[in-house]
Amino acid sequence: MVQIKSPVGAPHARILGVGGYRPSRVVTNEEICQTIDSSDEWIRTRTGIEQRRWATPDETVGVMSVSAAGKALAAAGVEAEQIGCVVIATVTHLVQTPSLATDVAHQLGAVNAVAFDISAACAGFCTGLALAQDMIRGGSAEYVLVIGVERLSDMTDLHDRSTAFIFGDGAGAAVVGPSQTPGIGPVAWGADGSQYDAIGQTFSWDALKTQPGLGFPMLRMAGQQVFRWASYQMVPVARQAMQRAGVSADELDAFIPHQANNRITDAMLKALKLPAHVPVARDIAKTGNTSAASIPLAMERMLEEGEAPHGGVALLIGFGAGLVYAAQVVVLP
Amino acid sequence: MATQEEVLEGLAKIVNEVAGIDEGDVQLDKSFTNDLDCDSLTMVEVVVAAEEKFDVKIPDDEVKNLNTVGDAVNFILANS
Repeated sequence: MVQIKSPVGAPHARILGVGGYRPSRVVTNEEICQTIDSSDEWIRTRTGIEQRRWATPDETVGVMSVSAAGKALAAAGVEAEQIGCVVIATVTHLVQTPSLATDVAHQLGAVNAVAFDISAACAGFCTGLALAQDMIRGGSAEYVLVIGVERLSDMTDLHDRSTAFIFGDGAGAAVVGPSQTPGIGPVAWGADGSQYDAIGQTFSWDALKTQPGLGFPMLRMAGQQVFRWASYQMVPVARQAMQRAGVSADELDAFIPHQANNRITDAMLKALKLPAHVPVARDIAKTGNTSAASIPLAMERMLEEGEAPHGGVALLIGFGAGLVYAAQVVVLP
Repeated sequence: MATQEEVLEGLAKIVNEVAGIDEGDVQLDKSFTNDLDCDSLTMVEVVVAAEEKFDVKIPDDEVKNLNTVGDAVNFILANS
């Protein structure tokens, strides 16, 4: 009987470098209030958002991805040809097929990479990170580029008083590679399709075939339902990620939750009882909620500003439309 | 079985902890939104704390019907 060989991977994986792209156009709360009845003060106290970045027409999801990935590759000291897989987490690549990842891999010169997109909304980056770790440990790729990118402004209803101020655009990328010591803890992840309708678009693309007058679909969200789920049900998930990694709350050097809303972060902090010395990502203040891009963007900012130490241990948790979630403890690059 | 006074007192404590409102201001006829400055997310925090305190389930769909403190007290009394 013929025996086929099993792939052999690296003992462990880690994030080797991270990079971000923040679009050029700054959008203030005052500008948002031109189309909704609200105020700068109201938006700040309800969400923690002071401003967000919205992409110009030239700042496509592809352009932003390539820029962020270039920075991550340079930070990691890895060449594009060494990348074995490019995985892009996004919900705003507005082309059904082909994937964004193939184009980005091509633009980067990642000629040896397989490339595909994943749809895991705001949990996309952490989900991609878990896939990257498994590919590297499983021997399917030596280096994996994980990119989270969104142009949520394309699907933001400027007249929706409950969401117009929340969303932003941007890209964040991480190069994940082999390691002799553990750099990415076991993932705690899952999905709750019973809340499929909690976050989504106002109507499906195929509705446009029969009702072209509908216009363009926009994002909508059941705010209270999502707030309750994220603030309370994500806490056991975060605890599970720490338990599986064998890391306690007081050993963390940073907490980098998806930048959904500062109120969610605050509620999670209260329930998690994180010690006050653990720095918490608050990139949302300047960036808004950028879905799949928010965690790598926040990570980049915390490292750049010296808020979190290189080589430190960080808890990441992403959660969003689906509903889906993914959390893990990582060693910061 | 808790009395109306006990539920009101417990709820007032919760609203104080969550939103920083004086317990004495939390009266049956007060509107959460208009009188106590509780926004929609604060309401979720109050509801979750109330669920725990009074061993009651308050579904998302029900939260929007709890306009006054009295509405919340009555719901808790009827369902706990």
